[in-house]
Amino acid sequence: MKFKQTIIAAAIAALAGTANAQVSDGIVKIGVMSDMSSLYADIGGPGSVVAARMAVDDYLKAHKTNLKVEIVSADHQNKPDVGSQIARQWYDVDKVDAIVDVPTSSVALAIADVTKQKGKAFLISGAASSDLTGKACSPNSVHWTYDTWMLANGTGSAIVKTGGDTWFFITADYAFGHALERDTEAVVLKGGGKVLGKVRHPLNAQDFSSFLLQAQASKAKIIGLANAGGDTINSIKQASEFGIVKGGQSLAGMLVFISDIHGIGLEKAQGLIFTETFYWDLNPQTRDWTKRFLAASKGTKYPTMVQAGVYGAVTHYLKAIDAAKTDDGTKVVAQMKAMPTDDPLFGKGSIRKDGRTLHPAYLVEVKKPSESKGPYDYYKVRATIPADQAFRPEKDGGCNL
Amino acid sequence: MTEIFGVPTQALFGQLLIGLINGSFYALLSLGLAVIFGLLNIINFTHGAQYMLGAFGAYLLTSKLGLGYWWSLLLVPPIVGATGIVIERLMLRQLYKLDHLYGLLLTFGLALIIQGVFRNEYGTSGLPYSMPEQLAGGRNLGFMFLPNYRAWVIVASLVVCLGTWFMIEKTKLGSYLRAATENPALVQAFGINVPRMITLTYGFGVALAAFAGVMAAPIYQVSPQMGADLIIVVFAVVVIGGMGSILGSILTGFGLGVIEGLTKVFYPEASNTVIFVIMAIVLMIKPAGLFGAQK
Repeated sequence: MKFKQTIIAAAIAALAGTANAQVSDGIVKIGVMSDMSSLYADIGGPGSVVAARMAVDDYLKAHKTNLKVEIVSADHQNKPDVGSQIARQWYDVDKVDAIVDVPTSSVALAIADVTKQKGKAFLISGAASSDLTGKACSPNSVHWTYDTWMLANGTGSAIVKTGGDTWFFITADYAFGHALERDTEAVVLKGGGKVLGKVRHPLNAQDFSSFLLQAQASKAKIIGLANAGGDTINSIKQASEFGIVKGGQSLAGMLVFISDIHGIGLEKAQGLIFTETFYWDLNPQTRDWTKRFLAASKGTKYPTMVQAGVYGAVTHYLKAIDAAKTDDGTKVVAQMKAMPTDDPLFGKGSIRKDGRTLHPAYLVEVKKPSESKGPYDYYKVRATIPADQAFRPEKDGGCNL
Repeated sequence: MTEIFGVPTQALFGQLLIGLINGSFYALLSLGLAVIFGLLNIINFTHGAQYMLGAFGAYLLTSKLGLGYWWSLLLVPPIVGATGIVIERLMLRQLYKLDHLYGLLLTFGLALIIQGVFRNEYGTSGLPYSMPEQLAGGRNLGFMFLPNYRAWVIVASLVVCLGTWFMIEKTKLGSYLRAATENPALVQAFGINVPRMITLTYGFGVALAAFAGVMAAPIYQVSPQMGADLIIVVFAVVVIGGMGSILGSILTGFGLGVIEGLTKVFYPEASNTVIFVIMAIVLMIKPAGLFGAQK
């Protein structure tokens, strides 16, 4: 017993001795919090942990730094109360400096609050609600990958422009679904379209036939799916069964990930149009990173934009710590916003004062089965939306920073 | 057009039919649970995982062996049923003399393990499974578009449910089974192998879950989580119908499907909770469930 204590004491002393003087306890501790086991687990989940670890390894290899970085992870089960409890435990007891990812907007909104109270850093990739950089913006949050406004704007305006001017929404009944529906509705109305009706379903619903039937009866040209993950997969699968597309209506998946397309199959998903900010087959850098991601995760699941976003956000966070020479959350986030972003996955970009990261977005269309040449060869990029047009203008968000 | 609470009657018919289709799944699953509880006195929490195994079985037969939907419908239930028999022989058998809780813990633990293994292997976003060609498409009934596959779901589940009910309530084999639950020692004394009967019953209940799983594969997301999402509702169905009542579970299954369907029209936000509200009310008025015998 005595011996063990001595060893621990020695280890602590050794760590303290070599540590970077400005970093609070000598270690930068990053907590990846995600849905590890339920409907969003393939979107972020264990893949996000892999991406965070890659970001740390790549950064330490490429830069002369004496940072010590540790990664922990947890499952928030898509419940805001579970998420904020883990966040408190991490910040107060486990000395975590930053929380990353956090899909499910309701959980992310709760954690943004906790992070602000504790003066730490919150790097959002998985959550979508544009409120995170709007009325719920915080000096301690950075919203990396995408948001509901960007999805609505990218997908919605492209569809309205090509004649899809009457809409019916099938919406997941929580913060994210509401935000996505609101933002898309605004785009539709602005483009001169009309919303004929909407229906809200509980999160993680099994059967959508009842909602699809209501959508069919509305005779709207476009059925907007303001949901995600398993809910979107079930909606699209069942829509094809009810002959919705054959009947002349089109589906607009407002938030679709490559893992969803894999779960639906090209047969049923072909022709679907939506917006992404990352696709593995965009350029040599993304292909190379994807190859390493697959090797590191020992899997066959290609990375989603959320996992790519975790990589980008963590990379930029580490750069900011070295530049600001501190791991104080508020100061590092301020530094992140002050420096331009640059990584192999999202290219060059910047972070606005409200926490919004600006980078290009891509309007993609799902290939026909005959066009797909290999594993995960799923998208045709139809348009690139430049960074300055992809996201909501700062003045419209209602952020008071 | 006539309207009820602002909903056109035509649309309402459609929703009723949809409710009936969902009810078919509830009925198939709660039937298996009721059979197992009635004869083994085990609350089979693995049922959801076994339903999932049915859907994955169909996927694996198609992707690995190239066997289609119909072969899956024929082969998967007996295969998954056989795994159930192994579980009964090796594990459940040890627990019959103990409190219900032990059976519940064991089956719940097994469910977590099975789901965890599949999640590790296949992730959570699910696997594609296509509709059998013979049942693709649908017909317009005037008030709604009815996919052929959904019509098939209702027919198949009605046949299986009524067949099971008939077998247990009206045949000689069924009377043995019922007698064995009532007084196993006496039935054994008549020269009937009661332990084997119980083993086969569990296998049959599990096969029913797998059958529902194969039926679900073309229309629902085939993912490790699919059973866990459904099983809680199915338990509520069994409780409302009366634990162990065969006819009760079939009727409540279809009935609650319809009620849930109507909720999705009038107040969709509550469609997840309505069944549990009904369960609470039923338990207050008739603690043994609608069709359960008061003990």
